[in-house]
Amino acid sequence: MTHIDEQAAEAARYLEYQAIDTGYRAVRWHEKTLYEQSRPGSTNAILPPVEPGIVALVGDVAAALPAAARRARPPEMPELSEPEILRHYIRCSQMTYGYDSGNSMGLGTCTMKYSPRINEQLAASPKVKALHPLQPEETIQGILEIMYGMRNWLCELGGMDEVTFQPRGGGHGAFTDACMIRAYHHARGDDHRDEIITCAVSHPCNPATASAAGFKVISLYPDEITGELGIDALKAAISDRTAGIMMTAPYDTGVFDSQIAEYARLVHEAGGVVSLDQANFNGVMTRMRAGDLGADMVHFNLHKTFSTPHGSYGPGAGAVAVKKAFRDFLPVPVVEFDGTKYRLNSDLPHTIGKVGTFMGMVPNVVKAYAWVLSMGADGLREASEWAVINNNYLIKKLLEVRGVEISWPNRRKLQEARFSLAKLHDETGVSTTDFNYRLADFGVQTYFESHVPRIVDEPVTPEPTESISKEDVDQFVAAFHHISAEAYSNAEIVKTAPHRSIVHREIHDYENLTQVPFTWRVWKRTHPDG
Amino acid sequence: MSELSGGAEASRRSGAAPARPGGGAPTPARRRIGLIVNPLAGIGGRVGLKGSDGAETVARAFALGAVPMAGARAAETLRALAGAAAGTANGTAADARRGHSAAIELATYPGEMGADVAREAGFDPVVLGSIEAGATTGADTRRAAEALHAWGAELLVFAGGDGTARDVFAAVGGSVPVVGIPAGVKIHSGVFAVNPRRAAELVAEFLAGRAGLEDREVMDIDEELFRAGTVAARLFGYMRMPYARALVQGAKAGNPGGPSTLRDVAFGVLDEIDRDPGAYWILGPGTTVKAVADELGIEKTLLGVDLLHRGRLVAADVNESQLLAFLARKPESVRARLVVTVIGGQGYLFGRGNQQLSPAVIRAIGKAGLVVAATLDKLHALGGPLLVDTGDAECDAYLSGHIKVITGEADRVIWRVTA
Amino acid sequence: MSARLVHRYIPNTAPGVRERMLAEIGVASVDEIYEEIPAALRFAGRLDLQAEPRSEADVARELTSILAKNRSTDELLSFLGAGCWPHYAPALVAEVMGRSEFLTAYGGIEVNDHGRFLAVFEYQSMMGDLLEMDVVAAAVYDGTTASGDAIHMASRITGRKELVLPRLMDPDRLSALLNYNGPWFDTVFVDFDPATGQMDLADLAAKVSDRTAAVFLENPTYLGTIETQVQEISRLAHAAGALLIANVNPASLGVLAPPGQYDADIACGDGQPLGLPMSCGGARLGVLACKNEVRFVHTLPMTMVGILPTTVPGERAYTWHALFDRIFYGEREAARSFSGTSSFLNAIGAGVYMALLGPSGMAELGRSNMQKAAYAAARIGALKGVKAPVFAGPHFNEFVVDFAGTGKSAAQVNAALLERGILSGKDVSGEFPALGAASLFCITENHTQSEIDRLVDAIAQVTR
Repeated sequence: MTHIDEQAAEAARYLEYQAIDTGYRAVRWHEKTLYEQSRPGSTNAILPPVEPGIVALVGDVAAALPAAARRARPPEMPELSEPEILRHYIRCSQMTYGYDSGNSMGLGTCTMKYSPRINEQLAASPKVKALHPLQPEETIQGILEIMYGMRNWLCELGGMDEVTFQPRGGGHGAFTDACMIRAYHHARGDDHRDEIITCAVSHPCNPATASAAGFKVISLYPDEITGELGIDALKAAISDRTAGIMMTAPYDTGVFDSQIAEYARLVHEAGGVVSLDQANFNGVMTRMRAGDLGADMVHFNLHKTFSTPHGSYGPGAGAVAVKKAFRDFLPVPVVEFDGTKYRLNSDLPHTIGKVGTFMGMVPNVVKAYAWVLSMGADGLREASEWAVINNNYLIKKLLEVRGVEISWPNRRKLQEARFSLAKLHDETGVSTTDFNYRLADFGVQTYFESHVPRIVDEPVTPEPTESISKEDVDQFVAAFHHISAEAYSNAEIVKTAPHRSIVHREIHDYENLTQVPFTWRVWKRTHPDG
Repeated sequence: MSELSGGAEASRRSGAAPARPGGGAPTPARRRIGLIVNPLAGIGGRVGLKGSDGAETVARAFALGAVPMAGARAAETLRALAGAAAGTANGTAADARRGHSAAIELATYPGEMGADVAREAGFDPVVLGSIEAGATTGADTRRAAEALHAWGAELLVFAGGDGTARDVFAAVGGSVPVVGIPAGVKIHSGVFAVNPRRAAELVAEFLAGRAGLEDREVMDIDEELFRAGTVAARLFGYMRMPYARALVQGAKAGNPGGPSTLRDVAFGVLDEIDRDPGAYWILGPGTTVKAVADELGIEKTLLGVDLLHRGRLVAADVNESQLLAFLARKPESVRARLVVTVIGGQGYLFGRGNQQLSPAVIRAIGKAGLVVAATLDKLHALGGPLLVDTGDAECDAYLSGHIKVITGEADRVIWRVTA
Repeated sequence: MSARLVHRYIPNTAPGVRERMLAEIGVASVDEIYEEIPAALRFAGRLDLQAEPRSEADVARELTSILAKNRSTDELLSFLGAGCWPHYAPALVAEVMGRSEFLTAYGGIEVNDHGRFLAVFEYQSMMGDLLEMDVVAAAVYDGTTASGDAIHMASRITGRKELVLPRLMDPDRLSALLNYNGPWFDTVFVDFDPATGQMDLADLAAKVSDRTAAVFLENPTYLGTIETQVQEISRLAHAAGALLIANVNPASLGVLAPPGQYDADIACGDGQPLGLPMSCGGARLGVLACKNEVRFVHTLPMTMVGILPTTVPGERAYTWHALFDRIFYGEREAARSFSGTSSFLNAIGAGVYMALLGPSGMAELGRSNMQKAAYAAARIGALKGVKAPVFAGPHFNEFVVDFAGTGKSAAQVNAALLERGILSGKDVSGEFPALGAASLFCITENHTQSEIDRLVDAIAQVTR
């Protein structure tokens, strides 16, 4: 058999293995935009009318506005009837890869897991939806009880003492941490402390929020061999200007830094604050508590570990938990319980005030609460274990694929890992992006490559979580075998992928930003013929 | 969040032909690229070719097992370039004829200095000048560079080593952007791509108008020191080289890439200077440090070491003994600080191109007095730690470990330093 | 071997799977992998959290009984606004937002999330039409963070150090802005005309200078007044070389002059009124838009869905990859901004709302809010001892009522109204003491005349 025949035979074997569906075709409606379907004059009577008695008393108040304050021309929005609008959005939803649609384990660092529908229904109750955040406390005791309950659980899981749900996501949570660190040092007269240390294998929101809060950022890179930051490197970063450190455990690479408690100790010794980004909490939940490793504050992503749905990219919810010493700096209000009644307390002496509006993404707290109830401590432990088992099983199987390597191979990984297709790229010219486009052809969700900085070449970062079955992992691996075989025998198929998806790959051919239409009004101007 | 795959990379890397706005298929003007191959690069030429008969030295070098690499490397680049136009991993000669010859007008020197590999890769090159086959020298490289510049090359691609870069620089200075294809020797100059395939990518980015240009060091063996028995690299100047904007960190509003990234680093250094205004600030060579001087409105010695105090130039282009004398004379209470950057493609902080900053000078200033500045892109391109080779093992050990590097206005990284 | 937990949300807890997979990995127990966590950090205690998982029915029952302790605005007649407004939420919006694909999608790309990106592009487009601005971000967390982003943009673009803010601003919003502002700006406050609640132009002229990065305008204002001097404010700002940031309520833009009409550079606001139920303040949609100029688009700190060509001529890709490296995902700390998982589902919902209403519906929405609020203000203002609206001049859907003439404080009136099953306006007497015993009332198109009349009667009773 020639080399090519071997490749083809291998590919054929994996075609049968786990029934890779090469007959997959993405749903494709050639769906025009609402604008292109617009029928001028279509109106839908949705709003309640204005009663004649009202009109009689006040007249057309809007028309009485001075011209400069009044809208001069009607907006050029589309006009369609209700069923046409619904059809359009139903079709759009069919051309969207939701978690429930298939296999989303490729989206590493996202912690994609099943969002239980009972939680959606509970949070859609009028007892949640129809609440106003400024209602008197006595009328929202139910919501406050849930928020307080979730607060207790997060304190327990994180080894912390108080919680705020005001941040709307992980990045917002990191920003809250950075603001509290700033306020903490300001209160002590230490405004010269203007440096925050972070690491290159954490989410970009860590350095971004630190700098948004006015800090200089010192980034540490993981050691080539150990995948850890290293004491020496940290010491080179620490100075009398250190305000704090933003760390994460484990890293996005799946490596748990064995010296992390020592880093916390060194930063404390230097007078800094320790903040832990727990976006990757799913891998260590019930097995490790941030408070025990020395964290002063942590943030959780409720739309990651705690199962609230990702919503096409939000709304998520962040939760920031702090040790007692930092309670006074939390954004307000915090929820308190006096034994009989729940209260909102806005009188924290050094509060940073608000970082967002009202109390945060309350419905998602309800969903997270219901999820924790559904899991129990035993279930949380089980979930974390399965996130780790699924990931390690994935690692074992994926490394059998030709051309696939893993970063920091000598370190065990917890709930996710960063692979590399550098070898495959060198040998075939197929890049990780090509590979990913081809993956879409098999009905499997595309994977996350890597955050910046891309210290791993041609990266692939999947994360199975506990919601994935063994069969799902096998399917993912089988797809990789298939595409790898293609790369080595017929690279063109991969380099020009996708072939069976909704559209083909995009091209970035513009000289500057203003040439990309981000609204229909700009598209219309630049494409008058459609 | 997160999680976004880099779809952007795909079309860039696959080299798919960009759609032209307005549709249709207009014929783009052909772009002029010059090619120079130094056939003797990498065979220990410099040592052997000094003085005596060229042919005899070459034969001796081959007898010693030297392998000419530049031609093969250049061929690899040209094939990848042809492939980029055809949307394949590696182009065939047919691809080049079909696609790339339509887009590129290639000019080169005869035979082993470029015409051979160009034709093999399917190009139909304009051939300038004449050579004595098998006996080419640095003078031929210089003549080739001049001729290609006169012909109108928009970009000079050359395969060779530091000596080749220096010859090109001697001929055309910084007037034409260049892409160097490394020919397998240890190279200190910063004008070389990491490998032949990457060189092709840079050329393609340049042709597509997606690359920025930035100054890179031209370095070569210091002949005086060499005759005295020491091998040390000397900084000769700068040439401009394309870099892929997409891979550069910190692109800023309205002015993405290179020059403003250097400016960012400069702002970061200025912040340090502002915190220590009474100190004497010694500024080492390098474009990054020059950017600092630019922001201060100071005319800095491009290749040398200057001395600043309270925003004024106190001494320019100082050598080691002048520095030491100054350090000895200054008041105890006034600190001496030193701003250095990475010199050359190997990642040296000390020992290549800034030998005035000797072990004695470094010891007098102390590690705490150092301010290291570099773009993050440059650090990543090193693919490893920063290097020091001061000539004194103890000083090297003193500098080794981890050091803070200023990479932007508010940005620093900790990077490993090793001897 | 003891029976292992089998959980409905964890497929591999079916018996036998664990052993097979561990064998494949080559470890006897998952604890071997957890040894990556240093022994000193491994938590071995018992969590103070109920151990057993609960069945779905149990969870439903428990949550329902806790939530029953709430009295929602379905049961209480509410006139609370102040940043979270009780508009009508059409059925189609919830239907589309409940679609499983939209609900659970996340990081797909242009080739497999075409529908999601198309829907978000249409939201951006319709919002752009409403705002009369060309570049609209996909969504940021909420209106407050959107204004923080706008401020960061102004800082980066102009390099100037002063920010002019209206003194008439929600203190909560101001607090958040100061967190965003903190290191970059000195804040300069512009007074408002105590008669109209609009910006004091003389004071603005005095305070805008060549140090001003941006003038921050709110229209309508926190207290519901409409800013009729938008053209002058814009002129004053631009004459000083400053940017104009307009914070707006999308529900008003069917009738009020949109930011594009008075040359605002950046627009921000919250899209919650567009079909998103209040959800105890949880429903938020950060609106952020700017002019189509390089210096603006390059600093807009959020993903945007744009249209790019694909490898097939004539095919459109709706994608968020255009210029991705521009923001913090590409720049990390250099971006000096952040916004991660934000509000796309809400953006899609708002898109459905805008499509349902169309231009005529948006005009009707604006008119209706203004009329009903004006009716309420007129009727309340006719009551003895009650001043409403406190400010002269036009209002959108909120207005301030001063109860000082009745001898009662706002808090007393609110408590008394609550006893009658009415959630009164927000007590703003502490925030703006000069306005008296002041409450901020919100009336939307979703209040009926009889509900407003009931409020008027109740106020009459409690202030007797």
